[in-house]
Amino acid sequence: MTSPASAKTAKKTKTAEAASTEAVVGKALAHDSAGLHVTGRALYIDDMPEAEGMLHVQPGYHKDAACGRITSVDLSAVEAFPGVVRVLTARDIPGRNDCSPSLGGDPILADGEIIFHGQVIFAVVAETREAARRAARLAKIEVAATRPVVTADDAIRMGTEDVLPEYTFTRKDAAAAIAASSHSILDSFLIGGQEHFYLEGQVSLALPDEKGGMHVHCSTQHPTEVQHCVAHMLHVDDALVTCECRRMGGGFGGKESQAAQWACLAALAAHVTGRPAKCRLDRDDDMIMTGKRHDFRVSSEAGFDDDGRLTAVNVEFDSRCGCSADLSMGVNDRTMFHADNAYFYPALRIHSRRLRTNTVSNTAFRGFGGPQGMVFAERLMETIALRTGRDALDVRKRNFYTRHRDVTPYGQQVTDNILPDIVGELERTSDYRARRQRITEYNAASRVLKKGLSLTPVKFGISFTLTHLNQAGALVLAYTDGSVQLNHGGTEMGQGLYTKVAQVVAEVFGIGLDKVRICATSTGKVPNTSPTAASSGSDLNGMAAKRAAEEIRDNIANLLARDWRIPKARIAFRDGMVSGGSKSITFAEACSRTHQARLPLSATGYYATPEIHWDRAKAHGRPFLYFAYGASCSEVTIDSMTGEMRVDRVDILHDVGRSLNPAIDLGQVEGAFVQGMGWLTTEELVFDDKGRLRTHAPSTYKIPCASDVPEEFNVALYESKGNKEDTIYRSKAVGEPPLMLGISVWTAIFNAVAGMGGNVIPALDTPATPEAILHAVKSVRA
Amino acid sequence: MVEHRIGNPMQTVLDYLRLDLRHRGTKEGCNEGDCGACTVAIGRLRGGKVCYEPANACIMLMAHLHGCELVTVDDLSPDGRLHPVQQAMVDHHGSQCGFCTPGFVMSLFTLYHAGGKPGRQDIANQIAGNLCRCTGYRPIIAAAADACRGEPNDLWAGAADEIAAELGKLNDSVDVFCGTGESFAAVPARAETLLDLAARHPDATLVAGATDVGLWITKQMRSLPKLIFTGRVEALHAITDRVATLSLGSAVTYAEAQGHLAALAPDMGEVLRRLGSVQVRSSGTIGGNIANGSPIGDMPPMLIALGARIMLRKGDEQRDLQLEDYFIDYGKQDRKPGELLWRIDIPKLKSNERFFAHKLSKRFDQDISAVMAAFRFTISGRSIASAVIAFGGMAATPRRARHTEEALKGLKLDAPETWEAAAATLAKDYKPLTDMRASASYRLDTAQALLLKALHELVGERPAALRVLAPAGKEAWT
Repeated sequence: MTSPASAKTAKKTKTAEAASTEAVVGKALAHDSAGLHVTGRALYIDDMPEAEGMLHVQPGYHKDAACGRITSVDLSAVEAFPGVVRVLTARDIPGRNDCSPSLGGDPILADGEIIFHGQVIFAVVAETREAARRAARLAKIEVAATRPVVTADDAIRMGTEDVLPEYTFTRKDAAAAIAASSHSILDSFLIGGQEHFYLEGQVSLALPDEKGGMHVHCSTQHPTEVQHCVAHMLHVDDALVTCECRRMGGGFGGKESQAAQWACLAALAAHVTGRPAKCRLDRDDDMIMTGKRHDFRVSSEAGFDDDGRLTAVNVEFDSRCGCSADLSMGVNDRTMFHADNAYFYPALRIHSRRLRTNTVSNTAFRGFGGPQGMVFAERLMETIALRTGRDALDVRKRNFYTRHRDVTPYGQQVTDNILPDIVGELERTSDYRARRQRITEYNAASRVLKKGLSLTPVKFGISFTLTHLNQAGALVLAYTDGSVQLNHGGTEMGQGLYTKVAQVVAEVFGIGLDKVRICATSTGKVPNTSPTAASSGSDLNGMAAKRAAEEIRDNIANLLARDWRIPKARIAFRDGMVSGGSKSITFAEACSRTHQARLPLSATGYYATPEIHWDRAKAHGRPFLYFAYGASCSEVTIDSMTGEMRVDRVDILHDVGRSLNPAIDLGQVEGAFVQGMGWLTTEELVFDDKGRLRTHAPSTYKIPCASDVPEEFNVALYESKGNKEDTIYRSKAVGEPPLMLGISVWTAIFNAVAGMGGNVIPALDTPATPEAILHAVKSVRA
Repeated sequence: MVEHRIGNPMQTVLDYLRLDLRHRGTKEGCNEGDCGACTVAIGRLRGGKVCYEPANACIMLMAHLHGCELVTVDDLSPDGRLHPVQQAMVDHHGSQCGFCTPGFVMSLFTLYHAGGKPGRQDIANQIAGNLCRCTGYRPIIAAAADACRGEPNDLWAGAADEIAAELGKLNDSVDVFCGTGESFAAVPARAETLLDLAARHPDATLVAGATDVGLWITKQMRSLPKLIFTGRVEALHAITDRVATLSLGSAVTYAEAQGHLAALAPDMGEVLRRLGSVQVRSSGTIGGNIANGSPIGDMPPMLIALGARIMLRKGDEQRDLQLEDYFIDYGKQDRKPGELLWRIDIPKLKSNERFFAHKLSKRFDQDISAVMAAFRFTISGRSIASAVIAFGGMAATPRRARHTEEALKGLKLDAPETWEAAAATLAKDYKPLTDMRASASYRLDTAQALLLKALHELVGERPAALRVLAPAGKEAWT
C-alpha cells in the first residue's frame, strides 16, 4: 500500500536531493539509531547495566492535599519496610534545595509546606524499585490543607499574586482604533494545556564519584542545568558533577527544566548512601508530578473593515503557570510573539498575565507558548470570516504581512515572508476552492453530520528569545585510523539531531556517516550548553560542529598542501579520500600523516547566532534570526448530535529551507502535526476542584493513535531555495513550527460548527473533545 | 524451552524480562496496558497451528505463559539480520525516539504472522494499542504495509512445525500449582480442579486475562497472594454457535469471540473493534468484563440489550440468571464466594428484531467509553412492539432504561415527531455522574441522541449519514 502521502513525499525528497551538491548533507538517511531502535538494543537509562549495589528512589507525596502547611510527617512505617535503606527529606540536602531553572520556588523536597498536589515531600531509597514503591505508600503525612487555587479563573478571582510581572506589547491606541472601526468583535475562549507523554518517563541514574563528585545519567534536554542543580544541591563545584545523556525516549520540552528534580533525588540518594541510585518515575507519578503546556483564557477585541482587514487588535492572555515561575517568562513571552501569527496588526495591545495556581508548575512544550498565541490569531481569522461572510482563507490573505505592512508587534521586520507562495501552492494542491464548494453542498444536504474546512498558515520565529542562549559548542576528535568522534551540546530526543550533525561532520571530512561515532552529550565534553530547545538544535550545534571539523580539516589540508606543493584550495575531501593534483590518499592516511607531523586532530568549534538583539524592557528588537513557515489544510466531519469528530483529509506544505535530511524533516513535520492535532482535539487535562489531576495515565489522557491520522495525509516539504539567512547549509529549524499546523484541524471544526448557526461565534474551546464540540453546536443553535 | 518456577505469583512478564533476565529490549511505558511499549508476542496452539497474538507484558502475569511461546524483540534478529518488520521500520523511518519501537515491532510481528495483505484500516486496528508520540504513525503504517505482504517467511515460519509440536506437548491436561496454600499461582487445566480450588479458596483472586487485575498489581500495589487462573480450562473456552443462541465460555477472549459477535450484529463488531486494543482483546475475556462489574465495561450493555443470561458454578451447583440481574450496585455483583462465572448465553436476533450499539469516547480507538449505548427493538408492523435498552457510563452499574423501554412501546416508526419525547424519558432512568470522561449533562444529552439515531437508522437512514464512523453491513427495518 502506498498512500498518496508517501508517493508525493518521495517525489519531493528526490527533487531536494538532486539539487544538493553535497555528498552526505541533504540525503534522506535513516536515523543513526534506527537499527538499534527496532531491535530494542538502543540503551535508554533504565536499560543500562546496573552497577553493583544500585538503589532505587521513589518520591512520595500527599495523596489528597494540594496546598498547606505540613503539620506532621511520620515515616516510621516507610523506614521499617523490608528493603528500605533510607528515607530522604529536605533535611538531608547539604546545599540548595531548589531545582528551578530560573527564579527559584521549586523545592526538590518540600520543606514545611506544599504548594501543589503531587509535590514531593520525601523519597524512599530501597534495594528494589518495588520495595521503594510499596514503602512510599506507608507514609503518614498531615497537611493543614487550605483551599487551592486551581484554574486561571480562580487565580484572577481569588487575587493571588502572579508568578511573574505582566507584560505588554503596544502599537498606537488599539482601543481607539477599534472604536473607530466599522466592525468589531469581542471574544473570549479557553485554550487547554497538554501533557508531554514522552514514552520514556523521567529517569536519572547517579554514580557517586571521588571527592564528593557525581556522575549523573539523566534523560534530559538540558544536561548543563542538571549539572548545576545537582552541584548546588550537593554544595560542590560544578566541575565535580558530570551529566550525560545519550538519548531520550521523547522530550518535547518536558525534559528541559523538569528532568532536574529526579536527577537531584538520584544524586542525593547516591550522596547519602555512597551507592549508585536510580530514580525512574512511574507513569502516573510522572504525569502528576511534572508540568505541562500552559493553559490560557484569552479575551480579545478586534476591529476590522468591510473586507475583513484588521484595523486593531487588543488581546489579553491569562495563563495558568502553576505554583512557580519555571520557564513561564519565556513561554508567555512567546505567546505574545506569536499572537500575530502571520498577520499585520496596524494597532495593537497584546497583554500577558502569568497566574500563580496551586497546580504543578507548567513548563516548556514544543512551541513554547507560541501555539497558544497562534490559536488566538487563527480563531480571530475565523470569526472575522464569519462576520464578514467571506471565506476565511481570503480573510487570512488580506491580513498577511506584506510590503509596508511588515513590522511585527515587537518591532522586527518580516523580510523573508514566503507564505503567499506556500499558501497559494497549498490552496491549489489541496483543491481548496472546489472542496469548499462541495462541503457547502454537503452541509446543506446533511442533517446530522457537518463538514468543515480550513487552511491555516504558520510563521514561527527561530532563536531563543533569551538571547544569550543562542550559542553552542562542539568537540570533534579524529583518530589516526580516520574514524571520528563527535561531541556537541545538543541532546537527542528522537528528533534526529545527532544524525543531522553527524551528516555535517561527515560532509566536512568527505567521509561516510559510518565513520562518525556519535557520542553521548556530556557536560564533561562540551561545557555551559544551552538546552536543546527552541528548535535550535541543528542550527546551533550543526554550525559549531562544522567549525570544529573545519579546523581539523584545515590542519590536514595545510600539511598536504605543503607536502604536495599545491595550493591548499586544491585539496579536496570526498568519498573517504583526500586528493589534490595527481595525489590521492585515504582520509585515514591523511589523519595518520597529520599526527606524524605533530599537528592536532581534535578541535572545538563555537557558534553564536549573529544579528539578533532584543530589548525586553522596550519590547523592541530582532529576537529572531529568521522565521520558519508552513501551511496546512484540514477537512473534518462532526456529528452535531454527539460531538464526535473525524479528520477526513489533511494537506501540508512546510518550509525547512534546504533540508539537512528530508526523511528526518518529514518525520518532524508529520509527527508535530499529529501532536498539535492531539493537543487541540482529544487531549484533555482534567483537574478536580481539590487541584488533583484526574487524567494521569494513558487510560484517561488520550493522545492520538494511528486511526486518528487521516488516510489522506498529503505532506510535502516546500521546494525552498534555501534559508535567506546563513544557517547551516541554508537549512531551517523544524522541531516546533509544524506543531502549529495542527491548528487547521481545530479551525476546521470551528468552521463546521459555525456553518450551522448564522453568524453566531461558536463557543468552542480547546481541546475540541466531543463534549466541547457538542457544547459549541448548542451555542450556535441557541 | 524454559521451565520457570513461579516464586512470586504476582510477577509480571515485563518484570521477569527486564529484572530477572535483564532483557531490556522490551520497554515499560505506562505499566497499565495502554501504551503498548512492552508488547510481546504470545504463540498459542489454535486448531493445531501456532497463532501469534500481541500482549502487554506489563500486565500479563508469568502464570499466563504456561504452555505458550513467548517472543520478544530481543529474540527477533538472533543472527544480527533484521526481521522483515524491523527492516521495514528502518526503511520507512518508522522510529524517532525509538522507545515505543520495540512494541510496534512486536505488534507488526504478529500481523506479519497473520499472513495476508492487511489494508490501512487493518493496520490501524492492529497498532491501536501502540502509542507513538513522535512520528504521527504514517511511516509505521507504511512499514507495516511493506513488510506484511503474504505468507510469513522468517525463522518462526520455518520452525512452525517444531514449535507446534512443542506447544502440543506442553498443552497437556496436567494441573499446575506453584506455591503454598497461603501464596500460590494455580493454573488448572481440568474444570474439576478449577471448581475445587475456587471453593476451597474463596479468598483467592480469579484471574482471566488480567487486563484489569494486572493494574491492581502494578498501580494499586495490591497484595494478591492467591491467584487462580481460568485460562487453561478448555470448557471455559468453548464457543457454541447454535441457530438461536451463541454460548461463550467465560474465558473466551474478545479476540476469539470477535468474529462470532460481529456476526450477531455489525454494531457489536464495531464496538469490539474499538474495545481496548489487539493486545487487550487477545488477553481480556468477555467473562472478565462481566465478572468485574465495571460500570463502564463495553460488553455488558450490549449483552443485556440482547437478553443474555449467565451461568455460574460452584462445585456441583450451578445457577443461571439474566445478566442484568448480576449487577447489583457499584462494585457489587451477584457472585457468591467460591462461585465462578462459567458461561454466557446470548440469544440471536429474531427476524423482527434490530440491534444498535454505539460507544462514545474522547478517542475512537482504545478508550474507555463515556457512554455505551445498546438497543434492541422488536418490531411489529410499523411500530415498536418492545425495546430493551441498556447503557454503560450512565449509572453505578450497566443498567436497563425501564421507563424509556415502556415509553417506546407502540412507538410509530412513521411518526418521528413523537420520538423525542420518548427519548427524553431517559432522564427518568439515569442520573449520570460528571467525571474526567464527560459531564452528567453530556452523558444524558448524548444518550438521548444515540437513541434517536438508532430510531432513524431503524427506519432506513443510512448509518453513513448519521455517524462519523459507520460500520458496514447494517440493515434498516423495511
